[in-house]
Amino acid sequence: MIEVKNISKTFSTKQVLFDISCKFEPGKINLIIGTSGSGKTVLMKTLIGLFAPDSGTIIYDGRDFIQLDRDGRKDLRQDIGMVFQGGALFDSLTVEENVMFPLSMLTDMSLAEKRDRVNFCLKRVNLENAHKLFPAEISGGMKKRVSIARAIATNPKYLFCDEPNSGLDPYTSLVIDELIHEITLEFNITTVINTHDMNSVAESGEHIVFLHKGAKWWEGTFTEIMNSDNKELHGFIFASKVMQSFKKLYLKENA
Amino acid sequence: MNHIFEIGRYWIFMKNLMHTPEKWRMYWTQILREMESMGFGSLPIVAINSVFMGAVITIQSAYNIVNPMVPLSAIGIVTRDSIIIEFAPTVMMMVLAGKIGSAIASEIGTMRVTEQIDALEIMGINSSTYLVLPKLIASLFILPFVVIISMFLGIFGGWIAGDATGACPSADYLKGLQDQFLAFNVYFAMIKTLVFSYIIITVSSYHGYFTEGGSLEVGKSSTKAVVYSNILILLFDYILTQLFLA
Ligand SMILES: Nc1ncnc2c1ncn2[C@@H]1O[C@H](COP(=O)(O)OP(=O)(O)OP(=O)(O)O)[C@@H](O)[C@H]1O
Ligand SMILES: [Mg+2]
Repeated sequence: MIEVKNISKTFSTKQVLFDISCKFEPGKINLIIGTSGSGKTVLMKTLIGLFAPDSGTIIYDGRDFIQLDRDGRKDLRQDIGMVFQGGALFDSLTVEENVMFPLSMLTDMSLAEKRDRVNFCLKRVNLENAHKLFPAEISGGMKKRVSIARAIATNPKYLFCDEPNSGLDPYTSLVIDELIHEITLEFNITTVINTHDMNSVAESGEHIVFLHKGAKWWEGTFTEIMNSDNKELHGFIFASKVMQSFKKLYLKENA
Repeated sequence: MNHIFEIGRYWIFMKNLMHTPEKWRMYWTQILREMESMGFGSLPIVAINSVFMGAVITIQSAYNIVNPMVPLSAIGIVTRDSIIIEFAPTVMMMVLAGKIGSAIASEIGTMRVTEQIDALEIMGINSSTYLVLPKLIASLFILPFVVIISMFLGIFGGWIAGDATGACPSADYLKGLQDQFLAFNVYFAMIKTLVFSYIIITVSSYHGYFTEGGSLEVGKSSTKAVVYSNILILLFDYILTQLFLA
């Protein structure tokens, strides 16, 4: 479980996060939603220590991340997998080497074991014929999937995904959502996902945190969204016509 | 003020870099890869520069020596010593700062702006150690050889040019090469090479590592890497010359 308490973050003069507290539980998909620029990426990067918060604490199963020293952080991070918004694949390595990289750096697995693990991970993200290609030679969606494969390669206890399905077609997007859902349940991972994909929100809406202008505006489940009367939240969720008709249908059915 | 900040940050960067590697085998592969690209990759530019500079030094020395009392073999001595003491270790390393330094700064800078460095950190890998230490070790091994090759090629260029133009006949040149040869000069050149390698690699990595923004800033970092490496090479050339030769 990750406990976030009173996190604030300012860049020079601009405050981006305002006193955010929440809990992310294991075996569950925790979604952070919000409009572009609302601070989702900054929050996620603060959680994993790429940005230092102005104040507040972040506790990973009893380990206070802010108080940890360099080596402590290093240890903790070996339990963290992260999918960056832009993929962040290593340009100089092939797809296969990218996924193998954390295994080579952090484990004592033999080459054969590493190969098996890489094949397994790439298969799970539906990428089986791209092993020898370089990141520059594959599409944006493929990069995303490689990035997911790399993040899950070391069996992390905590998985962070910054918009894992932006730039993917609806089908692949669904496959990715299901994949993340499956491994979250299977290994009891604490999964945190940034998204503004409404499908994901509807599919895996067990715990949703809505950020608005850098503050936690609302928190709950997808069903609770339907019954909430938060104006900004509804403005965000039901911005599209499809979602509006969905809402009407839902209210009719559940009336 | 800004410079004090940069110097402080540079030292912290240096301190973080000196860490035990997570996996030596991965580092070893990197070191070999870097040695190949720095060593073989530099040979063409080093060869062209060295041969021509040697030729020019010989012809200019011949042109400057007008006194008939001075034997022609002096041209061989002058060419040999200027190449060994100054041209190969200093000027050549400044050329390499342009080639190697800018490549390092843009490589690491790109990794920074595309979050690849963040990805390393998140895996629990010491990004500065992983990115810089193999380059540093590789350069300290391979660049001395590059400089020695440059010395031979420079002296060779002078020989060919002197003989071809008649400015310094072969026999005189070869005699000059053997006159008053000090092995110390070669050691001194090697010391300079090691110091300058350290400067090029760490300064360029530093500028790449702390790139902020996008591809535009990567270009700026790469320019800064070359400019600062060159200034520091000149400064340390002066300091080392004072220390060893004064
Ligand atoms: N390194 C930084 N320095 C200064 N300001 C930053 C930095 N990173 C982000 N910001 C600012 O923080 C705010 C939130 O950015 P963030 O990237 O978290 O948005 P986001 O919710 O992830 O948006 P998107 O959905 O478009 O990815 C933005 O206004 C941005 O300008
Ligand atoms: Mg974002």
